Amino acid sequence: MSLRIVVCVKYVPDATGDRHFADDLTVDRDDVDGLLSELDEYAVEQALQIAEEADEAEVTVLTVGPEDAKDALRKALSMGADKAVHVEDDDLHGSDVMATSLVLAKAIEKTGYDVVIAGMASTDGTMGVLPAILAERLGVPQVTLLSEVKVEDGKVTGRRDGDTASEQLEASLPAVVSVTDQSGEARYPSFKGIMAAKKKPVESLDLSDLDIEAEEVGLEGSWTAVDSAAERPARTAGTIVKDEGEGGKQLAEFLASQKFI
Amino acid sequence: MAEILVYVDHVDGAVRKPTLELLTLARRLGEPVAVALGNGAADAAPALAEHGAVKVLTADAPEFAEYLVVPKVEALQAAYEAVSPAAVLVPSSAEGKEIAARLAVRIGSGIITDAIDLEAGDEGPVATQSAFAASFTTKSRVSKGTPVITVKPNSAPVEAAPAAGAVEALAVSFSEKAHGTKVVSRTPRESTGRPELTEAAIVVSGGRGVNGAENFGLIEALADSLGAAVGASRAAVDAGWYPHSNQVGQTGKSVSPQLYIASGISGAIQHRAGMQTSKTIVAINKDAEAPIFDLVDYGVVGDLFDVVPQLTEEVKSRKG
Repeated sequence: MSLRIVVCVKYVPDATGDRHFADDLTVDRDDVDGLLSELDEYAVEQALQIAEEADEAEVTVLTVGPEDAKDALRKALSMGADKAVHVEDDDLHGSDVMATSLVLAKAIEKTGYDVVIAGMASTDGTMGVLPAILAERLGVPQVTLLSEVKVEDGKVTGRRDGDTASEQLEASLPAVVSVTDQSGEARYPSFKGIMAAKKKPVESLDLSDLDIEAEEVGLEGSWTAVDSAAERPARTAGTIVKDEGEGGKQLAEFLASQKFI
Repeated sequence: MAEILVYVDHVDGAVRKPTLELLTLARRLGEPVAVALGNGAADAAPALAEHGAVKVLTADAPEFAEYLVVPKVEALQAAYEAVSPAAVLVPSSAEGKEIAARLAVRIGSGIITDAIDLEAGDEGPVATQSAFAASFTTKSRVSKGTPVITVKPNSAPVEAAPAAGAVEALAVSFSEKAHGTKVVSRTPRESTGRPELTEAAIVVSGGRGVNGAENFGLIEALADSLGAAVGASRAAVDAGWYPHSNQVGQTGKSVSPQLYIASGISGAIQHRAGMQTSKTIVAINKDAEAPIFDLVDYGVVGDLFDVVPQLTEEVKSRKG
């Protein structure tokens, strides 16, 4: 029986671009290029490695996002994923993590899965809670923040490096897994992979396909509301000195004046 | 007065600082009721009472150590049902965020993570967050259910505010789901004797300019003179000069200490994402054009191999 792996990926604004909020206080996607979240590349990589180890496996990449988000799916397909699912619906605009996770969970159930893999956090919202929420919604174990992961004999095992301890975890499939940037460098798509990706199937779903009402998602349906977003005032220019032999002492003087010493 | 549930992060009863900060914020919203779980939970009560907990709910069971996250979610849910609080506050550790998130799903509430400030509003608590590598500050609310909010370390002062702190045992019965993910083994991280990176008041970080694992001793010596934690940029971590657990940045840890000292770090956007909310920023770098200097309160253009040891000596002599 084929191992069904679903990788949740996110299309995010490029962190090196000029990221800002739109008038409705959602992330402005028009003025800055988007890409596959770097932390999700690690999830795609681990999914591909798990598939390579399995007798038979299929890797589906899944995203919820606007038309452009197809770019993130194409990148994952060109790395080697087999097929993609894109949930796109105008009513999704402004969905928070609870709303988005509802959509992802329904799409994952519809697709069918043994393992769900995600990155540890997105590089835009950086909440880091989506994998745990998906596990809760799907009612399956969470095996999260793994720096090493293995799937065999119907089980997922892995290492989780926490603040105070390193833990070895184990759960039965189906399960939700998230991986850190320590799980292993993500591969670059080959030319062959990029060409092959163009022919791979991308299934499009909307809210009605998932039996979700518009009121449950989007800005209005979300569980949180952003009341204001203000650009932080540029820092007032600090004091900069050139070291001419006394730089360390001058810095100590500054630290003392600020009561740090 | 409304009760505010505060999840306690502790190690064998020793309450970690971010929880004490949380109690300061909780008192702005109502009366803090602390929930301490696991080994030594009851021992945490005096410190919690000292900082404003009117009540301390405690529970211990083997499940908390033997299975991942879910047993703690179920205990916090039991506390939520016993108390009917106006909000639930949890420290923004990796585990804290997962616990908060799953609780939020269970009680049908929205979640806000990594708040850097919290105040009472007409429609419930208003959380301040920083977004896009701290280039924006947002104010948000939970609009459905009982607000569940996680708060970053160093977001509020620790204040003594003695309260009753009456200890009550919390009854928890675990569902099958609590046994989903087994913790097969646990290896405690070796203590460096330094403060934990995300909660330290001062962080001293080294980057590419440190130029080798052997030179990180300079950074550590400066950190020790200040009682600081040690951080590293991704370049230094990727080069294998310092452990990943100390990485500050987009794919590492986010810190917001009172003082951040960057040595030999140019200040790429990915690094700034992890440290830009630091209250005071200091940099030492040979390159006067390094973007880090745009952020600093005080910068020294110079060779860190000259400046850092001199600074360390000066700190030591001033501290006597």
